[in-house]
Amino acid sequence: MANASLLSVRDLTVKFPRIEPVRNLSFDVSEGETLAIVGESGSGKSLTALALMRLLPKAAQITSGRIDFSGRDLLKLDDRSIRSLRGKEIAMIFQEPMTSLNPVLTIGRQITESLRLHEGLSAKAARLRAIELLDLVRIPAPHKRIDDYPHQLSGGMRQRVMIAIAVACRPRLLIADEPTTALDVTIQAQVLDLLDRLRRELSMALILITHDLGIVTQWADNVVVMYAGRKVEQALPEALFADPLHPYTRGLLNASPRLKDDYHYTDGPLTEIPGSIVSAIGENGCPFAPRCPIVRSGCRTRVPDLLVPAEDRLVACPVIFAEGERHVAARGL
Amino acid sequence: MTAYRRIGRALLRTALQAIPTILVIIVLDFFLLQLAPGDAADVMAGEAGSATEETVAALRSRFGLDLPILHRLFAYLDNLAHFSLGFSPRYNMPVAELIGQRLPGTLLLMLVALAIAVVLGLALGSIMAVFAGKLPDRIISVLSLLFYSIPGFWIGLMLIVLFSVKLGWLPSGGSGTIGSDLTGLHAVLDQLRYMILPATSLALFYVAIYARLTRAAMLEVKSQDYVRTAAAKGLSPFTITTRHILRNALLPVTTMAGMHLGGMLGGAVVVETVYSWPGLGRLAFEAVMGRDFTVLLGILLLSSLVVIAANAVVDLLHAWLDPRIGVR
Repeated sequence: MANASLLSVRDLTVKFPRIEPVRNLSFDVSEGETLAIVGESGSGKSLTALALMRLLPKAAQITSGRIDFSGRDLLKLDDRSIRSLRGKEIAMIFQEPMTSLNPVLTIGRQITESLRLHEGLSAKAARLRAIELLDLVRIPAPHKRIDDYPHQLSGGMRQRVMIAIAVACRPRLLIADEPTTALDVTIQAQVLDLLDRLRRELSMALILITHDLGIVTQWADNVVVMYAGRKVEQALPEALFADPLHPYTRGLLNASPRLKDDYHYTDGPLTEIPGSIVSAIGENGCPFAPRCPIVRSGCRTRVPDLLVPAEDRLVACPVIFAEGERHVAARGL
Repeated sequence: MTAYRRIGRALLRTALQAIPTILVIIVLDFFLLQLAPGDAADVMAGEAGSATEETVAALRSRFGLDLPILHRLFAYLDNLAHFSLGFSPRYNMPVAELIGQRLPGTLLLMLVALAIAVVLGLALGSIMAVFAGKLPDRIISVLSLLFYSIPGFWIGLMLIVLFSVKLGWLPSGGSGTIGSDLTGLHAVLDQLRYMILPATSLALFYVAIYARLTRAAMLEVKSQDYVRTAAAKGLSPFTITTRHILRNALLPVTTMAGMHLGGMLGGAVVVETVYSWPGLGRLAFEAVMGRDFTVLLGILLLSSLVVIAANAVVDLLHAWLDPRIGVR
C-alpha cells in the first residue's frame, strides 16, 4: 500500500427494500494494485462491484457511505459525469462471457463502441485500434476475428473479447467480477495471467472478485474477506494463508483442498462450514455468529469492530484474541 | 460471395416448395367455393330480372359452368399450367388483366399500412418499455387496447368524419384526383394524400399488436447481461435502448409482420370498401357477390403467393437481423 490511493470506499451500505446486502463496507485500492474480494455466494461482492460503477439494479439503493475515485465522490456525480467515467476510467468484466456480449453485433462493433464514444476515434481508427486490442488479448488472426459474432467464439475467447472491451480506453481501475467462474480450469489460468499482464502493461488497478482462494494466492496484492455484506478480515495474501484469524476465513481455508500441503481430497473429507449464509439475515450482532464454532453470547448482541492485530491487517472478531480460543481455532476447528 | 449464393439457393428451395403448397390451396379453394349456393349465371340472370330458363342455360354453357366439377377443375389447372388465370364471365376480361389493374393499388396500400404499423408500433412500444409502469406506458396501453378492439371500418368512418368532413384536410375516398394531369412528385404527393386515411385505418389494429409485442420483447431484453455490459461502457440510455435493446427485440415483431402481410388482405376488403379504394380487396368482395369464382380463385392464388413470398422475405430478414440464425 505504498502507492497513492486510487479508490477509497467508506462505510458503503447498499439497501434493498427488505435486506441490506452490503453493510458499512470500507476498503482502499492503490494505483496499480490488485485487490481480491473473497466470499461465498450472497456475501455482497458483486453488488459492491456494481455499486462502484453505479450500475446497481433499480430496487437497490446506496443509503450511506462515499466512494472516492481519484478525488471525486462517485456517489455525488450526476448521470452524465458517471457515464463519462464508465468504460473510460473504470471498466468492468462480468462473470458470464456467454451472455455478456450482444449476440447480434460483431465483436468489432462492440469493441469500437466505447472507443468512438470516449476517445472520439473515427470508424477506421477505432477498427484498427480494436484489431490491436484483440491482438493484445491474444486472439489469433484478429483482423479476421473482428467481424465475427459472439456465437462463433468459445467461452475463453469471449472472455478475452470482454477484456479487450474493458481495457479499450486504458481505464485506471478494472473490476473483474468472477471473470473465470464460467470457464474451464486450463482457460482460467490463461485469462488471469492475461489480466495480470494487462494490469502491469497498462498500469491499472484491479479489483478481482472471486470465491476461489487459489486465485487469491497467486494474483492478489491484498485480500478483503467478505461475509454477509461486511468485511470480516483484510490481509496481505501470505499473511492470510499463513495465519487466518477470523473463524470464517479459517473455515474457507479448511474447505479448500489445494491450499493444504500434501492434502488430496481422496485422503479424507474436507471440512465444511456448517449452516448457510442465509442465517445471517436478521442477526443483530456478528453475521457469522450462527455458524461460528467459537461463538460467545456477546457476539449476538453487537457487531464486532474491526480490530488491527498487525500492520496491514484487519479482523472483525474479538473472540479469537481471548485466551485459548486462538489455539482451538488454529487446530482447524 | 458465398452469402449471395446461399440466399439464392434458399430462395430457389422456397420457390420449389411453394409449388405443391399452391396446388393444394387451389384444389381446396376450388371445392370450397363450389359449396356456395348459386353461380355466376344465376346472379347475372337475377340482375337482368327477365331471364328465362333457356337464357340461364345458354349463359352456363357459354361460361362452361354446366360441365362436371372435376372437368372444370382440370380445365382451370390446365389454364394455370399455361400461365393463364382464366376468363371472368362477369367482367368479360381475362382475370390476370383484371387482377393486374387492381394489384398495385392494394399492394401499395398494404405495404404503406404495414410500414406505418411497424414504425409506429416500434416507436410506441419503445416508449412503453422505457417508461414501463409509469404514466406514458399506461396511456399508450389504453390507446393500444382501443385500437386493438375497435373494428377497422368504424375507425375508417370516424377518420373520414374528422379529417374529411369536419376539417376538410384529406379526401374521403378514391385513389387520386380525377382529371388532374399531375406528373412526377406532384402525382406521388396527390396519391399519398388519398392513401393516408385508408392506410391509417388499416394500420391502427396492427400498431396496437406491434406496440405491445415490442414492449414485451424489450422488457425481456432489458434484463440481459449484454445490456449491463453496454451500460458499463458508459453508453447513454438512448444508445443502449436503440442499439442494444431494440435491435434484439426486432425479431418477434418481424415474425408477426410477415404473418400479418397475408392477413392484411382480409382487412383491406373492409377498408377498401369504406374508402372506395380500387383494390384487390374490393374486387374479391365483388367477385363473391357475383359468384365470379374464376376471379376469386385468381385472387386467392395470388394472396397465397404473397404469403409465401412474405415468409421468404421474413426468413432472409431474420438471418440478417440475427447472425445466429443464418441462411441455410
